Amino acid sequence: MSNELNHLAALATKGRISRREFVGRAGALGMSTAMAGSLLATAARAADPVKGGVLRAGVQGGQSTDSLDPALAASDVPYMINMTWGETLVDVGLGGALEMRVAEEVSSNADATQWMFKIRKGIEYHDGGTISAEDVVATLKRHTDDASQSGAQGIVKGIADMKAEGDMVTLTLNAANADLPFLMADYHLLIQKAGGVANPTSGIGSGGYMIVEHEAGVRTAMERFANYWDSSRCHADSVEVLSINDNTARTAAIQAGQIHMMTRVDPKIVELLAGNTDVVIERAAGPGHYVFIMRCDAAPFDNNDLRMALKMSVNRAELVEKILGGMGSPGNDFPINGAYPLFDDSIPQREYDAAMAAEFYKKSGHDGSPIVLQVAPSAFPGAVEAAQLFQASANAAGIPLAVKLEPDDGYWSNVWNVAPFCASYWGGRPVQDQMYSTAYLSTADWNDTAFKDAKFDELMVAARGELDQAKRKGMYSEMANILRDTGGLICPMFNDWVEGRRAEVGGWIPNPAGTLMNGRALSMCWLNA
Amino acid sequence: MHPIVKLVVQRIALGLILLWAVSVVIFLGVEMLPGDTAQAILGQSATPVALANLREALGLNEPALTRYFNWLFAALQGDLGVALTNGQDIAKSIGSRFGNTLFLAGCAGVIAVPLAIGLGLIAARYNGRWPDKLISGVTLATISLPEFVAAYFVIFVLTQVFPIFQPVSMVFPGMSFWDKLQAVALPVIVLVMVVLAHMMRMTRAAILNVMQSAYIETAVLKGLTPMQVIWRHALPNAIAPIITVVVINLAYLVVGVVVVEVVFSYNALGQYLVDHVAKRDLPVVQAVGIIFAAVYIGLNILADVIGIVTNPRLRNPK
Amino acid sequence: MKMPLSAVIGLFMTGAFLFIALFAQWIAPYPIDSAVGKVWEGPSAQFWLGTDTIGRDILSRLIYGAQVTIFVALVSSLLSFGMGAFFGFLAATRGGWIDTGLSRLVDLMMAVPSLIVALVVLSVLPLNLIVLILVMGVLDSTRVFRLSRAVAVDITVMDYVEAARLRGERQSWIIFREILPNALSPLVAEFGLRFIFAVLFISTLSFLGLGIQPPETDWGGMVRENKDGLIYGKAAALMPAAAIAVLAISVNLVADWVLSRTSSLKGGRGG
Repeated sequence: MSNELNHLAALATKGRISRREFVGRAGALGMSTAMAGSLLATAARAADPVKGGVLRAGVQGGQSTDSLDPALAASDVPYMINMTWGETLVDVGLGGALEMRVAEEVSSNADATQWMFKIRKGIEYHDGGTISAEDVVATLKRHTDDASQSGAQGIVKGIADMKAEGDMVTLTLNAANADLPFLMADYHLLIQKAGGVANPTSGIGSGGYMIVEHEAGVRTAMERFANYWDSSRCHADSVEVLSINDNTARTAAIQAGQIHMMTRVDPKIVELLAGNTDVVIERAAGPGHYVFIMRCDAAPFDNNDLRMALKMSVNRAELVEKILGGMGSPGNDFPINGAYPLFDDSIPQREYDAAMAAEFYKKSGHDGSPIVLQVAPSAFPGAVEAAQLFQASANAAGIPLAVKLEPDDGYWSNVWNVAPFCASYWGGRPVQDQMYSTAYLSTADWNDTAFKDAKFDELMVAARGELDQAKRKGMYSEMANILRDTGGLICPMFNDWVEGRRAEVGGWIPNPAGTLMNGRALSMCWLNA
Repeated sequence: MHPIVKLVVQRIALGLILLWAVSVVIFLGVEMLPGDTAQAILGQSATPVALANLREALGLNEPALTRYFNWLFAALQGDLGVALTNGQDIAKSIGSRFGNTLFLAGCAGVIAVPLAIGLGLIAARYNGRWPDKLISGVTLATISLPEFVAAYFVIFVLTQVFPIFQPVSMVFPGMSFWDKLQAVALPVIVLVMVVLAHMMRMTRAAILNVMQSAYIETAVLKGLTPMQVIWRHALPNAIAPIITVVVINLAYLVVGVVVVEVVFSYNALGQYLVDHVAKRDLPVVQAVGIIFAAVYIGLNILADVIGIVTNPRLRNPK
Repeated sequence: MKMPLSAVIGLFMTGAFLFIALFAQWIAPYPIDSAVGKVWEGPSAQFWLGTDTIGRDILSRLIYGAQVTIFVALVSSLLSFGMGAFFGFLAATRGGWIDTGLSRLVDLMMAVPSLIVALVVLSVLPLNLIVLILVMGVLDSTRVFRLSRAVAVDITVMDYVEAARLRGERQSWIIFREILPNALSPLVAEFGLRFIFAVLFISTLSFLGLGIQPPETDWGGMVRENKDGLIYGKAAALMPAAAIAVLAISVNLVADWVLSRTSSLKGGRGG
């Protein structure tokens, strides 16, 4: 490793250059992206964290209706707050690797039907007492049993039995699942004392910071928990999560130094921020994607030729450029990209082809009546504009696409999963199985494209229990192709996480698994003087 | 009983009935909206079973009438209950947020009302001459900016070009009065820009309207200066329309500033109401709705009383 | 009487806006919905006012947007004035239970948060321009009602109204011949501003989803679409904002002129 690289890595960890810039320059020196990433991670760990100070995050999406109950968390602000006071059994770390937190060891039987988690000893709760295997089981039960009100209920449905013995938690599954540990990283599944059954909204857990003041949808102030078990984390004396919903105000706040990190930088203003040396833009290509969804069981979308015509008539490159400001990548009409393990990157990229779209449209025999796409501003950032661009490119191919603007209020209950053709988004999941089983299995609760394919279902169940990675990858590739060529999903683009931090923030390592370093930014970063 | 006292007592009694009517209208309105609290909370990721469980736990399966009367009886005993969405005590949350709302509206009102009336008087005094045109032009330009544009403009100038203030205005317990004043400086500036023109132009128009009357001519012939004429003779006779518009704007400062609250992340009642309407959190919507309604009704009573007190013919009806 | 220069300018500009709105199809250089350029291009010979957030020509969208903006704002302001002033005068002249009933009804309408009203309307009525105009007109008429009632109450106790009553004039004669001319100044001033509020209100309702359907657009909505570039020197949002401001000033210049004419109707000095 050359001196120059060391120097660059030091610059990057001190925040003088962005990670992206580092990878770029390292590449110029003949280093692969993956190697550069791991070099940077080592350098970041080696850099001396500075203790003390108040670290503030400005996060979008807070509302005064937000609850501290992890079961009910559904947006970035409660997510960030919860990830700072609580911990899960495991985390999804860099490169999609499993990282041990409350569990210190994970093992399974040979056919992946039984999973054992060894609970780390001596992890203390903020109000005294330590985490026991019983607490873990109680927590999982609260989220998964039939009386659960949790957003995570669907995620861990396949667990037939849970047992706590000593410091071991044993989960027995209905069917083999090689990905089960990843499901335990879900942000709802924070370990609470006795499962949090008695008082789910207490906001008391085992994380590195404990809540001092909390006003829902406004501000949550936390201070360092002195007895936190992991001494490599939690450098600031106290941290704050500020809910700042307006893009412009959030950006102005980080420029003014009122906050140290922010979520969701509008991609269009990234280049306008380039001249500012106080703020560094961090990008991570994650699994999140913006979609237009057709219900395969509703006319006229029950006709695959019409679905193909619409898929061919989206100008993906234009959408990535104009809606994402180039901060993303074109989608290929299945919900998986390079952020997932076992992704098949040899499937050809679908492009805008007006002639072919017109041909498919003609073949479909559609009567020429307007095809209505329903959209609301909150479907995803820039959704209304994206729909209008789609309309223009489809009309150019002779397809009578029309856009209908719906109110934000009630969009997710009245339009999404109800209307035959609408705009939506997915945040992605850590593994392919979870993404497919959430929304594309025939029997999935949120099968918003009403996609039903026996072969697809069969492959999915088989892949879940398949421990040979090469075979598994082949199965996932086959599934992707089925969805791409017959599904109701139009996936024009994957959106990068685009986030900002002050130059004085140290220890930042982008993690595509979730926003703000997968929710751990406040626990892992520090303030350089 | 003095007729005005009697009127006020009557109006307050009617006001209470109106508040009850408002609660009925709000209840019916929110019931008519599609979707319910459970669905709104769990959003895109919930399973039907979890939804049903949450509905049961929140008592959403009770008949609508039962839920309304349960709320009404509790509210009449001073118990506003807890928010369905996050279980927080409504009276406590509203208390601090209403305080913030009044603080912001108060700061803006204290500056805007005297300024608007003063400018209106000056514009009327120099009717058609350059001070009039300057005042009219500037206030019309500020009012034609949508609120968020005015807000971004102020953020740009006062936090980026001249870094005097902070763009995020949230206030919380433990801040000193001075800190709070500094925090709300930007939203106050924006709100003053937004409400100034309306009150100023109405003052000007109302003054000009009475300036044509015979008694003004008498006053002028008496040899009073133009400003004296306006101040002593025209203003008292033009007060009814001015006060009506002032009150409409004050009410707006209390109940209508949600856009400004959002841009500056100011934790007041408007944002709180919008969040809970989106989540169909009926107890909170009711409580905030009643407070807003009381503000409107109270201010309207005030306007009517001032209108009567200042008009001798109305004060002593024949 | 000679028309003052400001009134000439106001009339000319207002007329120009109306002309642009009426003949948008022939004037606009590009279609309203096609992305002809890059995102947020600055003004150039090709795009006189630059391009918007997805690369559409701002000038063309302003010209098409004038149609919806001016039409909806004008009709809804007229509606709110017609209704508000009529009922306000009626309440003031009749007094008694008609006054109490109308006034308290208006209190009730003003007191229910308009967000809830808008959302309810949205969920039960079809979305089109007529509904939009009705909602805006009715919501706004409450403000006009209060103002016109306050002004008229002062006038009804004047001697000349008493005299008319004693002469046995009909109610409508008193309203239209005595009260209206004497209340006109504050109402005209109010109209000038209500019109502008209406222009801005359309975009608020559009945001709730109760409003203009794309690709149609209105000026307030255009400001909103382009707002994110505002503090970074991207002027796209300023173009429609400036259009609103110029329209506001033009209309109010006309209103000021009418106002000075109406004051003279009463036969005071300088009449």
